[in-house]
Amino acid sequence: MAEAKSDFDPKDRGHGDPLELPRLACGAMAESKPYVATSGQQNALGFPGELAPDWHDKAIARLGELVDNSRALRVYLDSCVKCGACTDKCHYFLGTSDPKNMPVARQDLLRKVYRRHFTFAGKYFPWLVGAADLTKDVLEDWYSYFHQCSQCRRCSVYCPYGIDTAEISMAGRDIMDTIGLGQKYSNEIIGKVFNIGNNLGLPPKALRNTLEGLEEEIEEETGVAVKLPLDEKGADILLVTPSADFFASPHMEGLIGYAKVLHEAGVSWTFSTHASEAANFGMFIGSQENMQKVALRIRAAAQDLGVKRLLFGECGHAWRVAYSFLDTLAGPFDFLDKNYPIPQHIIEFTHDMIERGKLKFDKSKNDEYRLTFHDSCNVARASRMGNKPGGQFELPREILRAVCNHYFDMAPETIREQTFCCGGGGGLLTDELMDVRTKGAMPRMRALNDVAEEHGVTHMAAICAICKAQFSKVLPQYGFDREGIVSVHQMVSNAIILTGSKQAEEFERRNLVATAK
Amino acid sequence: MSGYQVNGSVVEHDEEGYLTDIGQWSKDIAEVIAKAEQINMTDEHWEVVNFLRDYYEEYQIAPAVRILVKEMTKKYGKEKGDQKALYALFPYGPAKQACKIAGLPKPTGCV
Repeated sequence: MAEAKSDFDPKDRGHGDPLELPRLACGAMAESKPYVATSGQQNALGFPGELAPDWHDKAIARLGELVDNSRALRVYLDSCVKCGACTDKCHYFLGTSDPKNMPVARQDLLRKVYRRHFTFAGKYFPWLVGAADLTKDVLEDWYSYFHQCSQCRRCSVYCPYGIDTAEISMAGRDIMDTIGLGQKYSNEIIGKVFNIGNNLGLPPKALRNTLEGLEEEIEEETGVAVKLPLDEKGADILLVTPSADFFASPHMEGLIGYAKVLHEAGVSWTFSTHASEAANFGMFIGSQENMQKVALRIRAAAQDLGVKRLLFGECGHAWRVAYSFLDTLAGPFDFLDKNYPIPQHIIEFTHDMIERGKLKFDKSKNDEYRLTFHDSCNVARASRMGNKPGGQFELPREILRAVCNHYFDMAPETIREQTFCCGGGGGLLTDELMDVRTKGAMPRMRALNDVAEEHGVTHMAAICAICKAQFSKVLPQYGFDREGIVSVHQMVSNAIILTGSKQAEEFERRNLVATAK
Repeated sequence: MSGYQVNGSVVEHDEEGYLTDIGQWSKDIAEVIAKAEQINMTDEHWEVVNFLRDYYEEYQIAPAVRILVKEMTKKYGKEKGDQKALYALFPYGPAKQACKIAGLPKPTGCV
C-alpha cells in the first residue's frame, strides 16, 4: 500500500480551532502517493504508457509550452514574493503538518524548475534564486505533493497577487501525464467516460433499470407517477448530473429530489446515456484536450435530443466547468433557449420555483434534521448562481431554510468564499489516499463539531458528489454518524408536497384539524 | 502483481486487492479475499455477495447502495436490512468491500 503510516487519531484531533497552526513535521507526507496509471489507462487519454528515458527533456519542453500558452501560469510562477499569507490556509497543511503542503511550498516545487530553465537568473545563478534541476527526487515530490492539493483555491483568496495554486498543481499533473507518469484514479475514470459515458462505468441498461426502480419507489412513497426519463427526444431540458447520483447515498436521495421538483414544475426533461456524467476529471489532471472531449459529450447529447435548456445536478467541479468553461470548451450554445440561464444549476431552478410560489413544503418532515451547509470549493470560489454576487452562497441556504426549521451556519472563516475543502476534491477521492483525505478534513470536522456542540447540529448538507462521498467516509472517523451528510435536494425531497400526493392529503387533513381546534 | 493463494494456485489481483480477471472467481477465493479483509463470511455476507454477482451478470455493474438496501430489507426486514446493517457486515462499505469479495471490479468515480 502507498498509504502513509500515521499516528493521527481523528477522534482526538476533531475538536478545537479549525484554523489552529500545527507544529511542523517535515516530510511527514512524502510517502503519500496515489497509484500510478497503467499504460492502457494512459494510452486511452493520449498519454505515453510509461516514463520514457528522455522524460526530463520532455517535461521541460512541456513546461515551456504551458507557460507560453498560459500567461496566467507564467505570472503565477513569476510573481510570488514569499509574503507568507498563504502558508496557513491549506487544509492539507493544517491537517498533515507537512510544510510542503503550504501553498507556497507546493508552488515552489514547480517554480524552482521553471526558474532554472526559463529565467535568466535561474539559468546562470540558480543558487541565488532558489532554482533547481528536475531530478528524479524532485519528480517524486511532484507526484506526492501535487496529489495532496485538491485544487480548492482557498489559498488564492488570501494571496495578495491572486496566485492560483490549483493552476500550478494542474500544470504539474499535466507535465507528469505528458511524460508517462499519470494517476490511476483520475485517468481510469476519464477513460470510462469515453468508453461508457460516465465515471462509474454504468451501462445504459443499468441506468435505465436504476431510474425505473426509482420511479416505482417515488410512486410508492407519494402516490404520484413521477418520471425519470432517459434519452427522450424532444424534451425541453437535458439534466446532466454526476453518475454517483445513480449509485451512491446520499447522492441518490438528492436525485429523487430533482425528479420531484421537475415533476412539480411541470417541465419536460430527460437524462442522456451519452452524457450521463456531469463530472469532468479532465480539469483535475490539467488536460485541456481531455476536458474538452468530455465536455463535447454534453453538447452532442443536447443537440441529438433537441433540448432547449441545459441543467446541472449537484456536482461541485462540474458546475465550475459548466459555468466558467463550457462555452469555450464546447460552445457556442446558440441552439438553446436564451430566456433561461445557459447552463442552469438545479439549485437555481428549485430556488426560482420556490420564489415564484410554485412549490409547497411541509417543513416538519425535516424536523429530525438540524442542518448546516458545507460550501463546496468549486461552487464557492469558481462560479456563481442566480443574478446577484454571492448567489452561490445564498441560494442553497435559502432552499435549506425553505424546507427545514433548523438551520445554522458554521464559523464564518470556514464557509462561503473561505470554505474549507472536504478533503477529497481534485482527484484525491481514492482509497489509497485515505490518510491525507482524513487529515485534510480536519478543519471542516472541527467547524462541524463546534456547531454540533453549540446548536445541536446533526446533519451537514452539500451540493457536490465528491464532498458527499468524502464525508460518508470521514465523518465516522471523527465520531459523527456516517449518514450525517445529506444532499440539499434530499432535504427538498423530504419536505416537498407534490400535487395530488399522499403527503398533500395528509397535510390538508392536519390543517383542517388545526383549524377546527 | 500479487495474488491470492487459493488451493495451491495463485489468483492475481490489482494493487487494491480486486481480482484482475473476474472469471477466476470462486467461493473459495471469496473466502480468501474476505479473510484478507478481516471479514468472517456468514450467511448474510453470502446473501449480499450473491446478489451483487447476480446483478452484475445482468447489468455489468454492481447495484446502487439503495437497490442493495431494498433487496436486503425485503429479505431481512427493516432492522437488519438498512444501510447501517450493511456497513456492519462490510465495514469499508458495502459497495467497495463487498464487490471485492464478490470478485467484481471496483466502483469508480465520486462514490
